[in-house]
Amino acid sequence: MTKYTEDDLREELKTKEYEYGFYTDMESDTFPIGLDEDVVRAISLKKEEPQWMTDWRLEAFRAWKDMIEPEWANVKYVKPDFQSISYYSAPNTKPKYDSLDEVDPELLETFKKLGISLDEQKALAGVAMDVVIDSVSVATTFKKTLNEKGIIFCSISEAIREHPELVRKYIGTVVPQKDNFYAALNSAVFSDGSFCYIPKGVRCPMELSTYFRINQANTGQFERTLVIADEGSYVSYLEGCTAPSRDENQLHAAVVELIAMDDAEIKYSTVQNWFPGNAEGKGGVYNFVTKRGLCEKNAKISWTQVETGSAITWKYPSCILKGDNSVGEFYSIAVTNNHQQADTGTKMIHLGKNTKSTIISKGISAGKSQNSYRGLVQVSSRADNARNFSQCDSLLMGNDCGAHTFPYIEVKNKSAIIEHEATTSKIGEDQIFYCNQRGIDTEKAIALIVNGFSKEVLNKLPMEFAVEAQKLLEISLEGSVG
Amino acid sequence: MLKINNLHASVEDKAILRGINLEVKAGEVHAIMGPNGSGKSTLASVIAGKEEYEVTEGEILLENVNIDEMAPEERAHKGIFLSFQYPVEIPGVSVTNFMKTAINETRKANGLPDMPANEMLKLIREKSEMLEIDRKFLSRSLNEGFSGGEKKRNEIFQMAMLEPKLAILDETDSGLDIDALRIVANGVNKLRSRDNAVIVITHYQRLLDHIVPDFVHVLFEGRIVKSGGKELAHELEEKGYDWIKEEVNA
Ligand SMILES: Nc1ncnc2c1ncn2[C@@H]1O[C@H](COP(=O)(O)OP(=O)(O)O)[C@@H](O)[C@H]1O
Ligand SMILES: [Mg+2]
Repeated sequence: MTKYTEDDLREELKTKEYEYGFYTDMESDTFPIGLDEDVVRAISLKKEEPQWMTDWRLEAFRAWKDMIEPEWANVKYVKPDFQSISYYSAPNTKPKYDSLDEVDPELLETFKKLGISLDEQKALAGVAMDVVIDSVSVATTFKKTLNEKGIIFCSISEAIREHPELVRKYIGTVVPQKDNFYAALNSAVFSDGSFCYIPKGVRCPMELSTYFRINQANTGQFERTLVIADEGSYVSYLEGCTAPSRDENQLHAAVVELIAMDDAEIKYSTVQNWFPGNAEGKGGVYNFVTKRGLCEKNAKISWTQVETGSAITWKYPSCILKGDNSVGEFYSIAVTNNHQQADTGTKMIHLGKNTKSTIISKGISAGKSQNSYRGLVQVSSRADNARNFSQCDSLLMGNDCGAHTFPYIEVKNKSAIIEHEATTSKIGEDQIFYCNQRGIDTEKAIALIVNGFSKEVLNKLPMEFAVEAQKLLEISLEGSVG
Repeated sequence: MLKINNLHASVEDKAILRGINLEVKAGEVHAIMGPNGSGKSTLASVIAGKEEYEVTEGEILLENVNIDEMAPEERAHKGIFLSFQYPVEIPGVSVTNFMKTAINETRKANGLPDMPANEMLKLIREKSEMLEIDRKFLSRSLNEGFSGGEKKRNEIFQMAMLEPKLAILDETDSGLDIDALRIVANGVNKLRSRDNAVIVITHYQRLLDHIVPDFVHVLFEGRIVKSGGKELAHELEEKGYDWIKEEVNA
C-alpha cells in the first residue's frame, strides 16, 4: 500500500463529507446521526489523531459491523438503533445555567442529601462558576506532585498526542478491538477517557481522580480508560461520581484496560450512578461496560464497584492472572430498584501458578428490578495451586424483585481449590419492626440493614468514597418499601 | 402512665386479645403471667405498635394520649421500650452503631441534636459496666451468633441506653443462667424510678424474686382473668395454671 498521509485522509474526507452532506456539520460541534467508516475517520480527525490510531479504529469498526449484539445476559430491553445515534459531540464548555435557581430542584435535593458542596453542585449541574481560579490552582499543585514522580495522568486524547508510544504499545492488549460487540463499538468511536501511567517503583501518593471528579461528571458516551502500572508501582484509581448523572445519551459503552506489570498493584474503585429511569422505568441509561485487567508476576488488581444507577447494567470487571503469584479481587455492590436490570459479575482467569482470586458480590434488589450475578472462575492446566474464594449474597426487598446467581467454574488443573458460597435473604418485617421499636423509622432501618449487608465491600473503598457510597445506597432505595 | 381499655386485637381475622383492661401507674412494676399462647407477646407487640396486629376494639392511652394511630417508632420516641422475646439479627450492624442510630433518631424526633461522641462513649461505658458486658461484644453484629442469654442481656443494655418511660420485658429471663439473671434484674432495678414503669412478662417466679412486682396479672385466652399482689405469682408457681382455667370455665 502506498503511503497514506493525514492530508490524504483530510482530502478524502472533504469530498466524502460533501457527498454525504455533512460538510457543514464538520464545523459544528455535533455529528449527524449514523455510523460508517467516514464517521470513524471524522472522529479521529476531529481529535487530531495519528494514522495508526485511525487505522486501529477502522479495524475495530469493520469487525463490529459483522458482530451481533450479545443476548445471553439476563436483561430485557429494546435494542438501540446504532444508526440513530450521533457519535461525536464536542465537550460542552458553555454553562447550561446562570445560577442554581434554574436547576431542577429534585436534583439539588439529592445533591444536598449527598453532602455535596455548593461549588461542586454548580459544577455538576452545569452552572457557571465564579470560583474557577481557586480550583485551577489546586489542580496545578496536583499535577506538579504527579509530574515530580513521573506519573502521567491525562485524557486519553492527550495521551495519544503526547505519549503515542505508550498508548500504541498497550491499547487493546487487554481488551482487543474484537473482544465483544460493545468493546468493538467503543474501539471504533471512543470519544474520550483517561490515561494513567505509573513509572517503575513509584507509589502514587494520592487517589487518582478524586479531585477530578467534577470533570468526570461529563464523561462521554464511549469512554476509554487505560491504566498502566509499571513494575513495582502502586496506584489507587477512582472512577465515577456519587452525584446522579443525567445524560441525554441512552447508550453508554465504556472500555477500561488495566495493566499491572511485575510486582505492581492497581486498585480501581467505581461508583456508578447513571440515571436509572423514572419509577415506570422510562428514560434510563444503558450501561454496557468492558473492564479487564492483566496481572503479570506477583501483581495485584482489585476492582471495587458500587453500582446504583442505569436502567440496564452489563458489566464484568475481570482479571487475567497471567503471572505466577498474581492476585485478583472483585468487590461489588449492585443495587437495583424500580425497573432496573443489572447483569454484573466478574471473570477470574487463572493462568499463572499460585494465583489467587477473591470475589465478594452483594446484590440488593427492590421494586420490580432484576439483579443477576454472573461470574466465571477459570483455571488453566498450567495454573498449579490456584485458589479462588467466591461469595455471592443477595438481599431482596419486597416480593416483586428478583435475584439470580450464575457462577461458572472451569477447572483444568487438579491442584486448584475453589470455594463458592451464596446466600439469599430478605429484609424481614421483624427486622424492620425491631428497628422501629428502637425509634428508627422504616427508611432509616432499611438503610441500616443494607449498610450492614454491604459492609465488607464498603470497607474496601477509600474512606471518603465509602461515606458517599453509603449515602448513595440510602438514596437509591428511598421509597422502596411502602 | 399506661391505660388499656377493653382492647381487642386480631391477626389474620383470628381474635387473640379479647378485651384487656390494664392500668399501669408511674413507679409501678406489673407482672403478666399465663400459659403459652395466651396472648402475652401479642399484647406487648400491640402496645409497641406492630402493624401486623389489628386493633378491632378498645384503646391504648399513654399519659392520657391515645396512641392507636402512632407508628411504632413514634411510640418508641414517646418512651415505650420492648425487650423482645426473640430479638432479631441484623448482620453487619454493630451493637454500638445500632444504639447510636436509635439514640440519635429518638433525640431528633424530640428536637434534640445528635448526642456528642464523647457523651455517647461515656454512656456506653457506664451501661455496659452495669450489665457486665465485655466492650468487645459491642462491636459484634447485632444478635448475630449471640447465645440466648447474650441476646437478652443485650436487650436490657439497650433499655439502659434508651432509658424508657415504659419498659415491657417479654420473657427476658428465659435463656439466662442464675448469675446473668441477677445481673440483668439488678440492671432493671437500677433504672427504676418514680417516673417510669415496667411490665414484666414471665412464666417463672425466680425473676420476680429480683424484680418485685406491685401487681400480678394472669392472662388467659386473651383476657386478664385474675389480678393480685406478688403472692399470686407464688401461688401460680406452686399450683400451675389449671386451677385458673377451671375458675374461668366454671
Ligand atoms: N403473627 C401471627 N400470626 C398468626 N397467629 C399468631 C401470630 N402471632 C400470634 N399468634 C397466635 O396468637 C396466640 C397468642 O400468641 P402469643 O401472644 O405469642 O402468646 P404468648 O406470648 O402468651 O405465648 C397463639 O395462638 C399464636 O399462635
Ligand atoms: Mg410469648
